[in-house]
Amino acid sequence: MKPLRIEKMSIRFGAVTILPEVSFEVAPGECFGLVGESGSGKSTVLRCASMLLGTWSGDAKVGDRSVREMDLMERCRTLQMVFQDPYGSLHPRHSVRTTLSEPLKIHRLGDTEERLAQAMRDVGLPVDFLDRYPHQLSGGQRQRVAIARALILEPEVLLLDEPTSALDVSVQAEILNLLVRLREEKGFTCVMVSHDLAVIDHMCERFAVMKAGDIVEVLPREAILDGSARHPYAQELIAASLAYEGAA
Amino acid sequence: MTSDPILDVQGLSLRYPGAAEPAVRGVSFTLGRERLGIVGESGSGKSTVGRAIMKLLPDAEMSAERMRFEGVDLLRASEAQMLKLRGARMSMILQDPKYSLNPIRRCGDQVAEAYRTHVRCSKRAAHDKAVAMLAAVQIRDPERVYGLYPHEVSGGMGQRIMIAMMLLTDPDLVIADEPTSALDVTVRLQVLKILDDLVKERGIGLIMISHDLNLVRNFCDRVLIMYAGRVVETLDARDLDRATHPYTRGLLAAQPRIGGPRAPLPVLQRDPSWTMEAPA
Repeated sequence: MKPLRIEKMSIRFGAVTILPEVSFEVAPGECFGLVGESGSGKSTVLRCASMLLGTWSGDAKVGDRSVREMDLMERCRTLQMVFQDPYGSLHPRHSVRTTLSEPLKIHRLGDTEERLAQAMRDVGLPVDFLDRYPHQLSGGQRQRVAIARALILEPEVLLLDEPTSALDVSVQAEILNLLVRLREEKGFTCVMVSHDLAVIDHMCERFAVMKAGDIVEVLPREAILDGSARHPYAQELIAASLAYEGAA
Repeated sequence: MTSDPILDVQGLSLRYPGAAEPAVRGVSFTLGRERLGIVGESGSGKSTVGRAIMKLLPDAEMSAERMRFEGVDLLRASEAQMLKLRGARMSMILQDPKYSLNPIRRCGDQVAEAYRTHVRCSKRAAHDKAVAMLAAVQIRDPERVYGLYPHEVSGGMGQRIMIAMMLLTDPDLVIADEPTSALDVTVRLQVLKILDDLVKERGIGLIMISHDLNLVRNFCDRVLIMYAGRVVETLDARDLDRATHPYTRGLLAAQPRIGGPRAPLPVLQRDPSWTMEAPA
């Protein structure tokens, strides 16, 4: 397990500064949350760290190695991402088998059949679903395939961009349970973006509150209930989330 | 329950063209001057019920024993009659203001248009009405916002504009279909509060369609829980925690809670018999 360090990450699109300067550290094996309103730059942090966006300055390090020094192959084995919309993130004309075997082929990993079957078992899908297409799967099953695809290269760091916000609560529960179990079994470091504090509280030890591209505060999960948040926006977000839950 | 319901629906069923199974089967409820929540998962038919009441699904096969809205028999109402009802006496707030406002017209003009469609008045009067309504949904500078285009306003502001548009004609029934799912949690509460205050103040019957149990718990009086096109349980919102149907209990349990035990979340076990059950 390796730590993830984001150092002075900064990006602009034209005249608009999306992230002025973001730094945070995730301990090895930790699940770190990013919360904030839409447009606050949560997803952009993940896209930069995974080099889906390349035009940023600063650094992101997994262990001692910068993502910038890694070539594409190494980067894919180190960092993987699960996206929000399971309907949009799988190729509609590729079967699950094709989707999952592509990374194995590219990275020249043997035992394809065994790995595919294991990947399916890991995410709790029947092995014969390998020959299905995305339209033959439900939203929750698709998200399981997306998670299997992310984990098949055994990455050190898993980036989760709102992995359950497009799903119903009952399905969300299944996916959250799955992620907790896989993290215990495989021990990857994890960054999870979500707008739902209840999900963050369930999954993460610590989380950062973002507003307008800045991290205004990093808090332990206990801070949601004990009121130790200092920044006014963090307080507002926590208060709103608690009020919304009916302060149960 | 009030003596004369605003809306009385009995045995509503609906099938989309080409679909093997009906999307809604035998849904019955009455609505007085209250806030009724309809919850369920995607595909449970909750939005379809809302649209069927407005008769926005002309291609679908619809049947009901009774569907009355304030003395109007909706089953027999012609499209011309419906045009007079929709937007005037019953209106609908949709999920995402980004897609439901016309992108190339000023927000204020769209609000004023909603008024002029149903009330004969001068443009000036409609403009004033719209500005006053924008102020009523707590938009701070209504004259300025009147002149903005939809892309220039935030999600929360857009949703308030939509609420203004829908409440301007003083309807008796408002159907809100996931009115706040596209909004951030901090904005969500404000928007719901505004909607709630207006609905109470004007004595409007509100149907709140949502997948979110927390939302209906806080902002509704009564809740219908739908599963596979049927109403499986009807409850007072404050009794939601005492729900008896296994589906409702499963949904409640599957929701992670702040300060929860972090144990694996109970996963909903679906029982085929739920689709057979007679509505409670």
